[in-house]
Amino acid sequence: MKKIISRYKFALILVTINIILLFILPEIGYRSLAHTRNNTLEMLYVVPPIFIILGLLDVWVPRETMIKLMGEKSGPLGKLIAFLMGSLAAGPLYVAFPIAGLLLKKGSKLSNVLIFIGAWSTTKIPLLLFEASALGWTFMLTRFTVNIFVILLIAGITEKLLNTADKSEIYKRAHSLSS
Amino acid sequence: MFTLILYVLATILLSLSFFKDRKKTKKALKKAWKAFENILPQFIGILVIIGLMLAVIDPETISRLIGGESGFLGMFLAALVGGITLIPGFVAFPLAATLLNNGAGFMQIAVFISTLMMVGVVTLPVEIQYFGKRAAVLRNSLAFSFSFVVALVIGVVLG
Repeated sequence: MKKIISRYKFALILVTINIILLFILPEIGYRSLAHTRNNTLEMLYVVPPIFIILGLLDVWVPRETMIKLMGEKSGPLGKLIAFLMGSLAAGPLYVAFPIAGLLLKKGSKLSNVLIFIGAWSTTKIPLLLFEASALGWTFMLTRFTVNIFVILLIAGITEKLLNTADKSEIYKRAHSLSS
Repeated sequence: MFTLILYVLATILLSLSFFKDRKKTKKALKKAWKAFENILPQFIGILVIIGLMLAVIDPETISRLIGGESGFLGMFLAALVGGITLIPGFVAFPLAATLLNNGAGFMQIAVFISTLMMVGVVTLPVEIQYFGKRAAVLRNSLAFSFSFVVALVIGVVLG
């Protein structure tokens, strides 16, 4: 019980702040609650399939397979898989981090996981269609094309700038978070 | 629509798994729940922070921040607003279109959209939990810098 309270402490404090706001600044308090409710519903809508697929991947896909597909020696194929996984996803970016954790735990190369995060954040296909209808196809296609390179660069540079100790810490985290 | 496809995919995979091995399926579902519950406190935190932020910084405020100033200062401001706030796409794109119609530059809008999507200050604690401080800060700083490159190219193509 104590453990649960300490884990949810920060969340509880924030909820309390929002409730207090309802009394001192009712307008902002209500608006904030309305946004939180909408976003919560959106999150709860995407969470079940994503986490079920995550659980199934964890149980059924052996580490060796994942290493072959997305590991150190996976080459362009690993990059492509990472890019497609991120682009075909749905949901806000913070949902992607637990999946990234699983990919790391199963032995994916760090830069490939970063490509996955990059694709999830900027080249999600449903979002691209929406972007094209709001800002035009030229805008969307230009941004998309440039972002393919930007995502690869960010992933590559981040991995290069991290030393061996940083990297082994990241993999250790992944193991302790989803064991 | 895409979420629906994910539901169909999850259902198919789950049934396949169930037919092949019930024990393993049960284990997978347990892992799914554990992975979600592990990160749930942070998710709740993020959801409340986004709510508070959107209540204070409404589209009008964003328009005032981004719409007015142009040039490099305007771009920098747009990048900051995009990096700090976390607005869902279906709100952000129409907002960006309105800003364009009201006279904001393509480069400003491009840098705003880019940092909005790639840089996440609010979600940084979650990212740190999975990637550690160094990697998370590096990725976000690089994303922030490269957003200007994206904007420059868009400025050249559409300007």
